[in-house]
Amino acid sequence: MEFRHKDLLGIESLSAEDIATILDTADKMSEVSRRPLKKVPALRGKLVVNLFFENSTRTRSSFEIAEKRLSADALNFSASTSSVQKGESLVDTVLNLERMQPDCYVMRHASAGSCSLIRKYTKASIVNAGDGAHEHPTQALLDAMTIRQKKGGFKGLEVLIAGDISHSRVVGSNIRLLNTMGANVTVCGPATMMPPHIESLGVKATTDLEKALCGKDVVMMLRIQLERQRTGLFPSLLEYYKEFGLTEERLKLAKKDVIVMHPGPINRGVEMSSEVADGPYSVILDQVENGVSVRMAVLYLLLGGGDNEAAH
Amino acid sequence: MRRKTILDATGISRSLGRLALELTERLQGCRDVVLIGIHRRGVPLAGRIAETLKRVEKVDVPVGSLDINLYRDDFSTFGTAPVLRGTQVDFDIEGRIVVLVDDVLFTGRTVRAALDALVDLGRPSKVQLAVLVDRGHRELPIQADYVGLSLNTRREDMVELRLSEIDGEDALVLESPDAGKKQKG
Repeated sequence: MEFRHKDLLGIESLSAEDIATILDTADKMSEVSRRPLKKVPALRGKLVVNLFFENSTRTRSSFEIAEKRLSADALNFSASTSSVQKGESLVDTVLNLERMQPDCYVMRHASAGSCSLIRKYTKASIVNAGDGAHEHPTQALLDAMTIRQKKGGFKGLEVLIAGDISHSRVVGSNIRLLNTMGANVTVCGPATMMPPHIESLGVKATTDLEKALCGKDVVMMLRIQLERQRTGLFPSLLEYYKEFGLTEERLKLAKKDVIVMHPGPINRGVEMSSEVADGPYSVILDQVENGVSVRMAVLYLLLGGGDNEAAH
Repeated sequence: MRRKTILDATGISRSLGRLALELTERLQGCRDVVLIGIHRRGVPLAGRIAETLKRVEKVDVPVGSLDINLYRDDFSTFGTAPVLRGTQVDFDIEGRIVVLVDDVLFTGRTVRAALDALVDLGRPSKVQLAVLVDRGHRELPIQADYVGLSLNTRREDMVELRLSEIDGEDALVLESPDAGKKQKG
């Protein structure tokens, strides 16, 4: 039950026990968010720097709320309004911030591996809030928390992840987590959005959504970045919806008690119909709520032990 | 290390019974009283006190549980973040008499954290403290209102209450380091 990590760079470094500890802790954190007085002093006096080199409204807000609920001091650093605009390098930025004695960096960056890079330059903990298309561990954890709440566990669960598999930072973390916890994962998307050798991650892959939906307990739809339309990966949004959009009709192929997830923000009429997004199977807003709890849990487990130098 | 059993199951039950009796005497029928156990072993103790009150006094007292780990002041003494057990208080504590229940009163730091945690949930009219064992060596100005057993200990002794709900047996155990090899507490 002991969580001995200084950083959360990805799901890859977590054991099944670590994941269970984070989810158990997150369940307990939910109670704090439902109180009239939504704040506990657990991380009083800790400085958390939200280092966002890429735009992100919901992930950053969610982290910021988590930091505030735990009484940490949050410093928001966004690349668009900072010295990065003046040409400062990532390492220099970190070296400068380091002298302000932060206890933790929450970092989002367009390049895979950037969190591991800055690790060498800081004594503080690092939480990866998305590095390129590599990992986005807190998203996978909040998805897992939602699945566990609705399904009770992971063993033998049939999970479908559908959409733009290639460009998603969510998919890698989710596959690793679900495999570690004993679920069976299938991925589905247009051939142009499917990375080669995806099966090597231990998943089944198909381009036929209706076939893929059969018998699924959990359906996770990924966001289509509308900008990509121009890159010729699919002919038109309407055509995408026709082949890969989740409709009520198609959802009937899955298990009766299927849940539908989406990391947000959703494009209604592209990834899924409004009826599905707002329907009884949708747990999309639960995911948002659980995001705060999971991030509180991660920050508490990384920083709540006092001496994080000793915890490796 | 010398291990000595101070109370067995009967002794614990007798101490708790006495404590419950004192509680009803002082709180006159326990109207507006709620019991809140501090994790971990204060929680089953609060449950047992409530059972006694129901059996003997025929009063139903709401029981809640309090996790104080998010309110501690001694994080730096742990290697890793303490495991959260969760706070569950499904009733309003506003204006009521809250009796906090814990197993062993020692430095008083747990109770200090519990008081902080409690005021975040509401404003009770009164807060009291019930402990099964008071072993002394306070580091803060905190005293219990109800004590099952006062125990003379040395600072470096370990007092462990084992409860069947958690440990599979009821026993109060005192462990003392061997004389001559004095350890720092």
